[in-house]
Amino acid sequence: MNLFADAIAWIFDSAHWGGPNGIDSRIIEHIAISLLVVGIATVIAVPIGYLIGHTGKGRGIVVALAGAVRALPTLGLLILLALNLGIGLQAPIIALVVLAVPSILAGAYAGFDAVDRRIIDAARAVGMTEMQIVFKVEIPLGLPLLMGGMRSAVLQVIATATLADYVGGGGLGSFIFLGLQTGDYSQMLAGSIVVVVLAIIFEIIFSTLQRLVVPAGVTATQSPRVRTRPVRSRTA
Amino acid sequence: MFTAGRGRLVTLGAVVVGALALSGCASSDPLSSGGSEDSETLIVGSQAYYSNEIIAEIYSQALENGGFTVDRQFLIGQREVYLPDIESGAIDVFPEYTGSLLTALSDGDPSGTSEEIYTQLEEALPDGLSVLDQAEASDQDSWTVTQAFADKYSLTDLASLTNVTEPITVGGNSELQTRPYGPDALAEKYGVTIAGFTAVQDSGGPLTVKALVDNQIQLANIYTADPNIQTNDLVALEDPDGLFLPANVVPVVSDKVNDDAAEILNGVSAALTLEDLVSLNAESVNDQRSAGDIATDWLTANDLL
Amino acid sequence: MNWITNNLELIGDRTLQHLAIALPPILLSFVLAIPLGWLANRFASTRGLVLTIAGLLYAIPSLPLFIALAAILGTAQRDPINVGVALTLYGLALMVRSAADGFSSVDSDVAQSATAMGFSTAGRFWKVDLPLAGPVLLAGLRVVAVSTISLTTVGAVLGIQSLGSLFTDGFARNIQAEIWAGIIITMGLALILDFVIVQLGRVVMPWTRVATTRAKKRDRTAVRAVLS
Repeated sequence: MNLFADAIAWIFDSAHWGGPNGIDSRIIEHIAISLLVVGIATVIAVPIGYLIGHTGKGRGIVVALAGAVRALPTLGLLILLALNLGIGLQAPIIALVVLAVPSILAGAYAGFDAVDRRIIDAARAVGMTEMQIVFKVEIPLGLPLLMGGMRSAVLQVIATATLADYVGGGGLGSFIFLGLQTGDYSQMLAGSIVVVVLAIIFEIIFSTLQRLVVPAGVTATQSPRVRTRPVRSRTA
Repeated sequence: MFTAGRGRLVTLGAVVVGALALSGCASSDPLSSGGSEDSETLIVGSQAYYSNEIIAEIYSQALENGGFTVDRQFLIGQREVYLPDIESGAIDVFPEYTGSLLTALSDGDPSGTSEEIYTQLEEALPDGLSVLDQAEASDQDSWTVTQAFADKYSLTDLASLTNVTEPITVGGNSELQTRPYGPDALAEKYGVTIAGFTAVQDSGGPLTVKALVDNQIQLANIYTADPNIQTNDLVALEDPDGLFLPANVVPVVSDKVNDDAAEILNGVSAALTLEDLVSLNAESVNDQRSAGDIATDWLTANDLL
Repeated sequence: MNWITNNLELIGDRTLQHLAIALPPILLSFVLAIPLGWLANRFASTRGLVLTIAGLLYAIPSLPLFIALAAILGTAQRDPINVGVALTLYGLALMVRSAADGFSSVDSDVAQSATAMGFSTAGRFWKVDLPLAGPVLLAGLRVVAVSTISLTTVGAVLGIQSLGSLFTDGFARNIQAEIWAGIIITMGLALILDFVIVQLGRVVMPWTRVATTRAKKRDRTAVRAVLS
């Protein structure tokens, strides 16, 4: 446990703050990379997820894609991209977007899928157009699950963005690799602790968002966190 | 699950046992502590550096040719990872580089000629470890620029870097920043202004080279035996003040290595020239040949097999 | 392509080394997660705690965990055990939540009927809860298996040989075919293992092999698993 004490001391050492290599700069870099990646992944995944969820077609694609990307070793993809694109942020961002898309896609799709078909029928009966159904019914009701998917994506991205430094992309990985290469384990652990704390903070932010985003008047029964039992259909 | 019947349970059990057996058979001994029992078996290690792996493979094949059994444990990682293993005797033979190893072992700032560094290294090694003869071949750090950059500012040696009028960004492994020959040393010793540092963890490999060629960085730390220097028209700046220590290839050995083995390894070191090392590396990087093939060919060409 | 045909033996060796490191954690995390998940589900007080710890575990970046474990376990840094233990922890983090969800998805009507019929708690666990939680457990196991195979590659940065070594070596020598080989075989292994697990599931839980309307529900379960 001495190791952890050293790591905490390393974090609070003021010499390690400030400047381009300081803990604060690296935290900002890391957050910026992560948010950018999740933003791009959201822009890509949400429309597709909504389309699949609304039409009900292509459901298998979501599962297959999620499985394939989960099987893809991010380190290998990152190295391959870097060799072709050079150092900097291009390669890590692309690799991390690939990592993040399936979770957000699944969240978008699951959000739409969890909406009771009878509600959609009712909306149609009342005269809503398809687009109105999407924007006024499915999206609001599906937001909590979408948030769940984004939350999962953010967590994975924050943990994996540590690899960005491997190819000159900066971020909190810099402490990890510098510590690894010089045998400075307090630095390495310090970097990891900061990453974990960052992940926890974003987990809290997104779980709060997930609760706030539930439309007024709807109980939070759509969130997988709360509802773990399948809907019991009444037969009598 | 168990209402499904005994037959299915047995199938499941068989598969689980099978999977474990597969992984059991497949795993090589993960224990790195503890050397080998057999006096004829030597453990040869290597760094996680393809060039070092080739040299280690050369040692291994030469020893095998001399009647020894060799247990290869290659691609171990940075010095901070394998040095304790050599010290504990868990590894018997390891190709190293004189200057780099000396810097890692001693506290001060060593300096000197190739022979002086070798003598200092002999003294700095802990008990149970020794070095055999060093080879002419060396693979040391350098500060390298592109030919175009060198022509633009008439760069010849490190001191001439002060001619450069544009901002210089340095690229290399993270730990370069703390090394005694790092960017700080350039600033202090020669008054060169370094605008920034970009960390690239490939130890002067293809990413660093590409960044240099693309002018994303202007100055990089590239090993002198790297074939990319010739292929990409790079120039390693001269180092008249000895900022970089000579880094001759030398086998570090444990006590288990007897005179016969030592003689074999010394024979290898005697034949390994500077040009040889560069062309061995070129075969690996440009021709994509495996370490084993490259080693066999070189040993045969030098009548050591 | 040339590189691949010239180095088939190396690729084979790396694949076996990879499996040796990855398979035991998958099995171990599955076996350990079941009682943990059942306990988490049974006692409402522990559920939140267990799931939070699981979430935190997964947030720890892999490389530092491998090294921290070396320090904690007192093993050599290049000992594959470090990677094995880390992978088991990650597997547990994923699987415990799956197990808890699986056990909570057992219809309380069914559970109560079982108790009414005279099943002891243990009997109910083996004969009712576990089989009914099976599909969700299976979905979780698939996710764990695939992630573990993929994550094993990161150990190569520390010198722990696996298919990831093809990445680091290909990186240093700029041999892209080698990196492609590593990526494709890793994915192939993961997908094969996924397929094997699904088939095993059908063997061991024959009642799930029912009509095609189940496919929708299976996909839903799989998508929920993705969100974990």
